Amino acid sequence: MDIHALQQIVHNTRDARRKQTIPKFSAADRDQLIHKYHPDYRPSAYRPIRFGPNSSEKTVVELATLLEGDSLIQDDVDLTPDYTTDVLVIGGGGAGCAAALHAHGAGAKVMLATKLRLGDSNSVMAQGGMQISVAPEDSPVTHFLDTLKGGHMHNDHDLLKTMVDDGPAIAKWLIDLGVLFDRQADGNLHVKKGGGSSKPRLLTCSDYTGLEIMRVLKDEVLSQKIQLIEFCAAVELLSDENGQCSGAIFKDLDNHRYVVVAAKSVVLATGGIGRLHIQGFPTSNHYGATGDGLCIAYRMGAKLAHIDTFQYHPSGAVYPEQLVGQLVTEGIRSEGGQLVNAKGERFVNELDTRDVVSSSIIRECEEGRGIRTMSGRVGVWLDTPLLDAEHGPGTVEKHFPAMLMQFDRFGIDISKDPVLIYPTLHYQNGGVKIDTNSETNVKNLFVAGEASGGLHGRNRLMGNSLLDLMVFGKRSGLTAAGRAGSMKQGKLTVQHLQRFRADAKQHGNLSNVISPMVLPAYTRKES
Amino acid sequence: MAQEDTNVIDQPEVMKPRMVSIEISGKKYDVPEGITVIKALWYTGQEVVRGAGCLGGFCGACATYYRTKDDPKVRTCLACQMAVQDGMSFTIMPPFPARKATYDIQMLKDPKQDLFNLYPEAPLCRNCNACTEACPQKIDVREGVWKAVFGDFKNVSEMFMDCVMCGMCTPVCIADIAPNLVALYVSRAQGAHFAEKPQGLETRIQEIREGRFNAEWKKVLAMSEQELADHCATVK
Repeated sequence: MDIHALQQIVHNTRDARRKQTIPKFSAADRDQLIHKYHPDYRPSAYRPIRFGPNSSEKTVVELATLLEGDSLIQDDVDLTPDYTTDVLVIGGGGAGCAAALHAHGAGAKVMLATKLRLGDSNSVMAQGGMQISVAPEDSPVTHFLDTLKGGHMHNDHDLLKTMVDDGPAIAKWLIDLGVLFDRQADGNLHVKKGGGSSKPRLLTCSDYTGLEIMRVLKDEVLSQKIQLIEFCAAVELLSDENGQCSGAIFKDLDNHRYVVVAAKSVVLATGGIGRLHIQGFPTSNHYGATGDGLCIAYRMGAKLAHIDTFQYHPSGAVYPEQLVGQLVTEGIRSEGGQLVNAKGERFVNELDTRDVVSSSIIRECEEGRGIRTMSGRVGVWLDTPLLDAEHGPGTVEKHFPAMLMQFDRFGIDISKDPVLIYPTLHYQNGGVKIDTNSETNVKNLFVAGEASGGLHGRNRLMGNSLLDLMVFGKRSGLTAAGRAGSMKQGKLTVQHLQRFRADAKQHGNLSNVISPMVLPAYTRKES
Repeated sequence: MAQEDTNVIDQPEVMKPRMVSIEISGKKYDVPEGITVIKALWYTGQEVVRGAGCLGGFCGACATYYRTKDDPKVRTCLACQMAVQDGMSFTIMPPFPARKATYDIQMLKDPKQDLFNLYPEAPLCRNCNACTEACPQKIDVREGVWKAVFGDFKNVSEMFMDCVMCGMCTPVCIADIAPNLVALYVSRAQGAHFAEKPQGLETRIQEIREGRFNAEWKKVLAMSEQELADHCATVK
């Protein structure tokens, strides 16, 4: 059927739905729903990791295969350093830039290496905002409790307390650098309410929060003249004779040569894994989100946490085909956008946590109340015109210019017509286990941002990622820089690979895969 | 089943799938109609390293020049946000060597005047409007450059909130202005120097420093798992 004919039911039921309130699920109901429908609970998608620091723990098959993968680097590699630095930051997104800027500010010699361009990351796409408890009726403790509840009580308390306490100072740092957060009439920061949060706490820059922060941080990295190497992918870490981290080996993606960097400390800020398309899901992630940091840290002996849980963002676009998997920001639901099934009914409180909302959408679709597309996809409606109906004409255009433009390019006006959505692979809830200084169990190896694990428990709350990046980027950068003055550069070896390969051999060495993946294999080989 | 069939969105590319002829950097290929420009590169067997970033229309890595069939006008797009059509010809823009001024944004004494030291070419705009026409984000770039020069930093920062820094406005400028970089400087200066300092934020930072929440923290952190779960449930 013509899409407009199918959308009629959303228009026809709008007035009836407007006054309707849908209570959030009870704890028991929500657990039952998640266990039945959330992709984290599909046993066939998981297998135990056979060896290494998380031996016998389960994760998705796609990630297990890469974690057990072999390194490109052989024992006879030439480890003469091409560069020597105090702090080596790997990754050019939010966490990487924050780490580099703070380490540089603390007086260390810093190098930032990234496999694409500076700033190419998921951070740049963050639309919903950044949770910081700045409102008078809010507090860091409430932020802590909301996050804990959203993470199903599995969050690391120390990491979480650190993040919420550091939040306001991060907002000040960003404002001083020139980030333009939305304001109230009295000049105070405007806060929006995010899914799973009890208080309005989201700082926003319309629906370009990540872009605005990244424009500023990139510009600052360049203005501070921090040494930068782009289009170089980290393929292995270096260890000294005591197994401590002492640098990294990169592959230059232009000339395919190895680049060896000696560093007193390394900060891995390599982001997530959406481009592994686990369980066949489309993803909202950037081109380089292939979990490289997890693989190289794991080979070094770094322990991972919560790597069996992923976030499927409730609202990934399903139509048009060109936008499949891309996000329709949660901000639309924060402002009252309702989810509607094929029968014109609401079926979940739209501001429940992401895992609950995603599970409900999957339930609607599996039980035949979804809307299908001819290319075999299915989804439910997100009633975007409701925002204009509720808050006055022009609301969508004013608050969600990025969304409006994205769909407008394909002839869809989201202020007039609802959009079709289905959960999209969005975020890895876990990652490399860190302490409150962002350091791993491998000395001098720090991990910050999405690549790290423990903070978010089993479900990250909306808006906590941008804050995570800034807080732990800062802490890793400052700790690494603080150490640089009093320590010597460690020897450069790949001894950890001998142990890893011996382990692999003992366990059958079955995967036959080289990791990290670096870029997804989208290029069509001969048809 | 009949009921389900009425619940399917028509998609022309599925109902009548067809191949279209396109030209990528001067070379002809046939690709399925309707795929994005970036997917056309992958479809035709090209390894993409430069020219792909967020794949969501936010990072500006895939800035592309294109022309449609029989139209002399060369237009711009983001390759991840544009569908191919028959007769289309395109090439991804290589990184353009624009000069970015370096500055310590917090140390500026007179940001509106400093603009002319950092970007002395900014006031030389000759009003050709090519930058505005080149912008895939539909920003009125030329207007923004003038407003920057006249010191209306607030307006510029609002106009350029959509800017993905793709740099398409730069190669077309006959006065060698890099409007996106000028606007970035102006926006940062606006935020760092001219936007009001939020008082509530200062208060909160002070409260944390002075330990205003310590008693509450102590209570919460001493709770057992069960007590904590019960307490979380009461937070509404």
